[in-house]
Amino acid sequence: MNSFIRADELHKIYSLDGHAEVYALRGVSLTVSQGEFVAIMGPSGSGKSTFMNLIGCLDTPTRGTLSIEGTEVSSLSPNQLAEIRNKKIGFVFQNFNLLPRTSALENVELPLIYNRVPAAQRRQRSAQALERVGLKERMNNLSNQLSGGEQQRVAIARAMVNNPALILADEPTGNLDTTTSIEIMNIVKELNEASGITIILVTHEQDIAKYAKRQVHFRDGNIIRDE
Amino acid sequence: MELLFTIRVALRAIMRNKLRSLLTVLGVVIGVCAVITMVNIGSGAQISIEKAISGLGTNMLIVIPGSMTKGGMRTGFGTVTTLIDEDAQAIRDECPTVQLVSPVVSTAAQVVFQNQNWGTSIMGTDPEFQRIKNWSLARGEFFTMQDVKAATKVCVLGKSVAEKLFGTQNPVGQIVRVKRIPFRVIGLLTEKGQTTFGQDQDDTVVIPYTTAQKRLMGITYLSMIMASAVSNERIPDAQDQITTLLRQRHHIPKGEDDDFTVRNLADLTATFTIITGILTLLLGSIASISLVVGGIGIMNIMLVSVTERTREIGIRMSVGAKPGDILLQFLLEAVLLSLIGGGVGIVLGIGLTSIIAYFADWPTPISFVAILVSSLFAAVVGIFFGLYPARKASRMNPIEALRYE
Repeated sequence: MNSFIRADELHKIYSLDGHAEVYALRGVSLTVSQGEFVAIMGPSGSGKSTFMNLIGCLDTPTRGTLSIEGTEVSSLSPNQLAEIRNKKIGFVFQNFNLLPRTSALENVELPLIYNRVPAAQRRQRSAQALERVGLKERMNNLSNQLSGGEQQRVAIARAMVNNPALILADEPTGNLDTTTSIEIMNIVKELNEASGITIILVTHEQDIAKYAKRQVHFRDGNIIRDE
Repeated sequence: MELLFTIRVALRAIMRNKLRSLLTVLGVVIGVCAVITMVNIGSGAQISIEKAISGLGTNMLIVIPGSMTKGGMRTGFGTVTTLIDEDAQAIRDECPTVQLVSPVVSTAAQVVFQNQNWGTSIMGTDPEFQRIKNWSLARGEFFTMQDVKAATKVCVLGKSVAEKLFGTQNPVGQIVRVKRIPFRVIGLLTEKGQTTFGQDQDDTVVIPYTTAQKRLMGITYLSMIMASAVSNERIPDAQDQITTLLRQRHHIPKGEDDDFTVRNLADLTATFTIITGILTLLLGSIASISLVVGGIGIMNIMLVSVTERTREIGIRMSVGAKPGDILLQFLLEAVLLSLIGGGVGIVLGIGLTSIIAYFADWPTPISFVAILVSSLFAAVVGIFFGLYPARKASRMNPIEALRYE
């Protein structure tokens, strides 16, 4: 099997104040193939967010190995991690995480800036990405002038503008109403099906998890179910 | 990230909080302004002192008869009669670094015009005196070499003397009496003012030195010889040449003290230059302290800004900003702040200098060195005080930064 993500015995231990230790992950192993749409579920404190952070190269594991597209990432430097985040991964967050008082277009341009894409090309690709999420007319609006659904669509456009292999969505519908949630999930689904982008979605809503073809359940730092 | 783009981003961040940026920058503005103003005032003072000293005469050297050792007793300055007219002629003929020479005899006397009288100094000299002293005439003319040769009874009045004796009346052509000898006034000197030491240079009557020697004082020696070197740089050479020549002429054996002294005003100028230089440095360093304080202000605000924008830093990191990118962004913001402050400070400093110069009636050289140094200093302050907050920003953990509320 072509394993796009291969996590092997991942451990993550946080130490609080240097005394107490919190075992967030206790040996998680998981493989995800190219083009999969995986939902990660579990109650809060189950370690799913920690797992997402590791896959998203925002953090490194205490023990174990993790490779993304064949690159071993568990021991990379902050600069190398930043490069992988930039080129291979797009993030969609629950609270959108757009730059305030900055236009939708400029928000989408951000990953391209750090990828050193020339200005004209940057603008063109960002406009295309916004068109794809149906926000072409609002691209010059400031992010805080947009509704929640629109903001999340800007975030999706930002996540995909650099043509990543993987999009990580952390409770993307957590702050949205049902109708808007369906809209957003349809866009995500479309990205997976039409562009073949691997999607890993963290959610605790069964309705949202249904969009995924595979559900992985976490509890107490372990995977308890994978279906 | 391209530098120009980063500058634009930084500028936008600065403009977003206009009032805060303004207050932040104020420290640097005041610092740079103070440095420039202080340095310019310092060099203005230096120039005006140099001008006052050069008003005493250009590249001037003074030869005064000095002490003489006779049987172990050494007499004071000016008590000997060894300096004579021929010495002046010899200096003129044999010292190539000496440009002008003029013999001087001086005495004090009562000058009388009709029912007015005034006690003043009588200076006997020759026409070159006028050039050595850089002293032009307000009316009439100076006496000539012929007057000197013939010891004619003519005089040129200093402004103070003319005012005491004639009031507003034109003195040229009138007859004044000095020791009951009538002198015809042929010229009036322009006002030269006080020396740096408070002596009124205009309180004098200038006559041919031969007239003073023969008719007023009955002597054959000189009170002193004034000379000027060909240039400022050649003053020491001229001093040496005069000394060698006069020792030879006065038959002073090796190892014996000179019976004369050659003084120059360059030493005086040098002393004042050192003093004003020290003052400028002092004022400049005090002003620099405010520049450092301004830098601390920038650091303070940058630290606040980094904390406030933790979330932004997290977002940037999550889309692939490297620690170096974040560092550069915040560093550039700090440097831009201090450079803007520096720019405003330079403009204000130049303005303030001009205003002070206008009211103090001083020359205002705008020191480009001071401008260059203070803008450089402003940039260094920006880098130095911006580095710590920028490093703090670049070392944030992206997860914590993203969760920051």
